[in-house]
Amino acid sequence: MTSTDPGAVAAPDVPPADVAAVVASNELVADSFSEYLSAQWKRIRSGESGTLPVVVGLIIIVAIFQAKNSRFDSTGNLTNLIEQSGVFILLGMAEVFVLLLGEIDLSTGFVGAVGAAITAELNAPPHNVNWFLAVLAGLAACAAIGLIQGLLITRLGLPSFVVTLAGLLGWGGFLLYLIQHDKQATGGSIVINSSVLNDIVNGSLSNTAGWIVILIAVAAFAATSLLRHRRRQANGLVTAPLSLLVLKVAGVAAAGIVLVLVCNANRGGALVHLSGVPWVVPLLAVVLVVYSVLLGRMRFGRYVYAIGGNAEAARRAGIRTNRVRLLSFVLCSFTAGLAIILVYFSELGSISSDFDGGNYVLYAVAAAVIGGTSLFGGRGKMSFAVLGGIVIATIYNGMALIAIGAAGQEMVIAIVLLAAVTVDAVAHRGISRR
Amino acid sequence: MSTSSAEARSQDRASATPLLRLSKVDKHFGPVQALTGVDLAIYPGEVLALVGDNGAGKSTMIKTISGIWAPDGGQVYWDGKEVHVRNPRDASALGIATMYQDLALCDNLDIVQNMFLGREPRRFGLLDETAMEIAARKTLSDLSVTTVRSIRQPVGSLSGGQRQAVAVARAVLEDVRLVIMDEPTAALGVSQTAMVLNLVKTLSDSGVAVLIISHNLVDVFKVADHIAVLYLGQLVGTYPAGELDTQRAVELITTGALGGSSAAEGRK
Repeated sequence: MTSTDPGAVAAPDVPPADVAAVVASNELVADSFSEYLSAQWKRIRSGESGTLPVVVGLIIIVAIFQAKNSRFDSTGNLTNLIEQSGVFILLGMAEVFVLLLGEIDLSTGFVGAVGAAITAELNAPPHNVNWFLAVLAGLAACAAIGLIQGLLITRLGLPSFVVTLAGLLGWGGFLLYLIQHDKQATGGSIVINSSVLNDIVNGSLSNTAGWIVILIAVAAFAATSLLRHRRRQANGLVTAPLSLLVLKVAGVAAAGIVLVLVCNANRGGALVHLSGVPWVVPLLAVVLVVYSVLLGRMRFGRYVYAIGGNAEAARRAGIRTNRVRLLSFVLCSFTAGLAIILVYFSELGSISSDFDGGNYVLYAVAAAVIGGTSLFGGRGKMSFAVLGGIVIATIYNGMALIAIGAAGQEMVIAIVLLAAVTVDAVAHRGISRR
Repeated sequence: MSTSSAEARSQDRASATPLLRLSKVDKHFGPVQALTGVDLAIYPGEVLALVGDNGAGKSTMIKTISGIWAPDGGQVYWDGKEVHVRNPRDASALGIATMYQDLALCDNLDIVQNMFLGREPRRFGLLDETAMEIAARKTLSDLSVTTVRSIRQPVGSLSGGQRQAVAVARAVLEDVRLVIMDEPTAALGVSQTAMVLNLVKTLSDSGVAVLIISHNLVDVFKVADHIAVLYLGQLVGTYPAGELDTQRAVELITTGALGGSSAAEGRK
């Protein structure tokens, strides 16, 4: 294969030791579909398992819950599951920004909740600020908190663990203060006032709109994939086999169709007809695309990975590492704001002093790590957080269905988090031993 | 480098302007005199090996050249003109690329990403992966780097020699005229070492000057045109590689002089 592979420089006298080097880039060394599969298999055996364990784990989890309670795969519960995943997915994405650097942010839950309290307060009487401006104010507050914490971490060189642990306590206290001093708060909670905010999770696209949106999304994915493929081919670079591209597009299309079918089924019962894709799904999709482009196709993202891989090398390459790190902490807090202000707040209809920001941070880290983002920095993707968030939500949803109490649920989540971190550590050891 | 071509180069030296010339360079750290009145010249397309025992001042010397710290006395000339290299950015503006032993590569990024780190070309605001890949492929094949299977594999999966090759490719991607390599073969096996030495020859054949620090005299004699010997912070001399053998080189390194009457007088 080496001889026909135009990406590798022609190899007349290859010492055997070099050929044995593990091929970790999967698609670009394969000329045909079967070669892709074998390269993928090599990767899995060498410890870089990618998303495979998560997908397999998810299937097993779903099978267990389905066996215990046949309502698990009812369309109503699956839609419910999608809505529940939203918070975990967004919090997981927030965590990815800092985990990639090899840092951590323990404050995301309460930071987002502070933003949500500000939004709720502004949006309710007597202020009656327009919902959009109220959300902007909440998100700006979150970003500002991220800026403060990020400055402490990058300028003073404090460990992110300690700074954000202080944030976990401090912003939790600030949330209580905000709610106690709000005249609208009843019983320790501020209720949602805007129907738009309420509809993010509880409202749905019409059935037709759902189909149109998924059609446009799949078409856009297919077009960009094909354009990239063409451009690489036109420049004589190695391309992944076309069959693989077709298969990927088909997979995305199938997933989209199943999603719309599930959401478009009537989940309201005989009296009230309720169907359609919840607004939170397109919201998540937009955030995923924007963040994936930011991390995968822009300088900022490249530098985040570089700093996570070797901070000294990044510094010597002339990258302003402190600026990149600071922006990552701001983006992390901002995304936490998206999670709590737009999704959690909408799902519960209120933000209350009972909000458990500590638990949510653990779910966030778990979602990111279960998806395959490394705690050691430098490895991970935004899309991984989607998978991880779905796993967390599935376990949560399923355990509630089969009537496991809070005590059992928290212990199970803890074990899942530990298992994911163990897999991460073992894979990391495998890579650095090479 | 064969002896004959080394001799040819040494004749070139007499007439040409050196690319880099140090004149009476001093460097001290508090009371410790690390370099004393060092004179050194490197010519375009030449491989100059810098040898010396531990503590002889080799690291101090390359750090002075590459702008990690400024000399305390003496002059530095680049292309015959006096220059002041105050920081690594000044050095790279002149066309000096320094590769330290740790290579400073990101294991989680692939070869192309590492080569362009910090200076990625963009297209519509997004990274232009295609342009990077084309340029990386060309640079690697110019350097006759033939053993990497895919330029899209992470650097962490490469062997020591291949990593060295990526670091060199990264250095020569920009217009570079002097490459300084600190112990490039120290951690490598036989075939990997041969690969790196070939790389050094390819560089010098393309007109780039290479200053190489090495403890391994076998490697030094395989590749160097001239050998400069440092002893306790002073330059003993710069000798054509053909005039020394391992035994005489060891003598120079350990005693700072040649014993017998047959001592070749080094060009100071």
